[in-house]
Amino acid sequence: MIGARRRPPIGVVRQITRAPSPMVAYLVPWLSVAVGSLLPDLPVIAPAPVMPPLGFLMLLGWRQLRPGLLPVWAGLPLGLVDDLFSGQPFGSAILLWSVTMLALDVIEARFPWRNFVIEWAVAAVMIAAYVALTGGIALVAGSHAPIMLLVPQAIAAIVLYPVVARVIAWLDRKRLRPFRVFG
Amino acid sequence: MAPPVNRRTGYSRRAQFGTFIGYVAGVAGAVVGGWFLVSAVSNQTSYSWLRSAAGDVTAPVGAAASGLRGGMATAAETVAGYATWGTENARLKREVAFARIHAAEDAGIRAENLRLKALLGLATQNPKPVANAWLIASTATSLRRFATISAGRAEGVQSGMPVRTAQGLIGRVLEVGTVSARVLLLTDTESVVPVRRAVDGTPAFATGRGDGTLQIRLLTLGLNPLHRGDAFLASGSGGIYWPGTPIAVVTALTHDGAVAQVLADPADSEAVTVQPAWDPVEDATLPPPTPTVPPPPAAKPRSKIKKAGKPGLITTLIGKVTGTGTPPAAPAPAPAHHP
Repeated sequence: MIGARRRPPIGVVRQITRAPSPMVAYLVPWLSVAVGSLLPDLPVIAPAPVMPPLGFLMLLGWRQLRPGLLPVWAGLPLGLVDDLFSGQPFGSAILLWSVTMLALDVIEARFPWRNFVIEWAVAAVMIAAYVALTGGIALVAGSHAPIMLLVPQAIAAIVLYPVVARVIAWLDRKRLRPFRVFG
Repeated sequence: MAPPVNRRTGYSRRAQFGTFIGYVAGVAGAVVGGWFLVSAVSNQTSYSWLRSAAGDVTAPVGAAASGLRGGMATAAETVAGYATWGTENARLKREVAFARIHAAEDAGIRAENLRLKALLGLATQNPKPVANAWLIASTATSLRRFATISAGRAEGVQSGMPVRTAQGLIGRVLEVGTVSARVLLLTDTESVVPVRRAVDGTPAFATGRGDGTLQIRLLTLGLNPLHRGDAFLASGSGGIYWPGTPIAVVTALTHDGAVAQVLADPADSEAVTVQPAWDPVEDATLPPPTPTVPPPPAAKPRSKIKKAGKPGLITTLIGKVTGTGTPPAAPAPAPAHHP
């Protein structure tokens, strides 16, 4: 973290000998979404789709808490990572996450002033649609499982969303942590 | 309340182009995703190399998590055990008393079984395992049921090999990476296993239902002969799964079969064994074909059931059993017993 620190992130005043690392500040959102994609697969070898789509929740959270930090096209690389681990047919998350980013942009332009309840409601609609569409894609790709199996997962994801938003707020503070600068 | 983002780019050409290209890239992402999706749905094996590579990269993380998972399960059981140890202890003592008697009976049956098998020239059906591995991850969010194991091409794992735990079958290898492999679990709706009822050999198919249970579909229509508690084993017909591998126990009846619980729950079996795919044609456990009349290639027996129906073979078998007890002509050497 000693190399590239010529330009501190926007809105951060550089103090003498200490400044946030631009690399950390910009990488944390991307990495946290990618880790979110990987994380639900690890804690239990699940007999049914029970874990909430944490990667998608992280993407929603970053987009709503810090609009503009993740670009509109972030769905392509982040969805690609999610597709590698999710078990869905390849391209499922790339498509749905890209559309999500565009949709959130439209919603933001339409309702510029929002409180967290509105954010949560928007996220709930997004999560429900996303989970239903992943189920639909899995059915098209050859699964015959009843789509009702996904209802507990969707409810868990909606309930979990404020917690994820809190974690993202914490990460957002930590990503601007000042590091020591030489010279 | 989050302030609205300043969406105006002003007079800066650079900023205007930047925003515009961002939106173009966003739409392009959706289009590219759709294109990937169509090609992945039309050909299920496409992009498997990407998934395998990703599995290889994250295998160490999964292996670490696998140890943690086992530790957490043990800790929870230890705590829960304090609440129930009294009744549990009494019940276990009763069970041990019965089990000792049964163990003595079983020893007798096992000896008799060995003797009869030796008489028939049948070898034991325990294949030499290809690899032992850990279950390191599973697709916990998707309707599809895949798991990742910590063994791949480097250990000799190939696509199609059955994967089992000590309790029974959990699935078969679908995609192979260098140090990891993706397993199609029994509970996936794409998984179909030919099974037979343990007591009488009633043939059926076990298909996954996606929620941790299996649907047992009987091959014969008519009166449903199944009961709750019936155990099903792999029948081995069609190859791949070794005959006799425990699969599931019936928990509820349906009009054309039953719903069964998988015996080897992947959630509490961390260590798995990858077996070679069973090939009934080259199986050393079957009696050799009659040497004088070479069977035409089209009528080559694919399964034990078909084979037993051939009169020539039955007479051969009976001849061997009722004969002088000499070992049969050319059975392959019995593989070593691997429990």
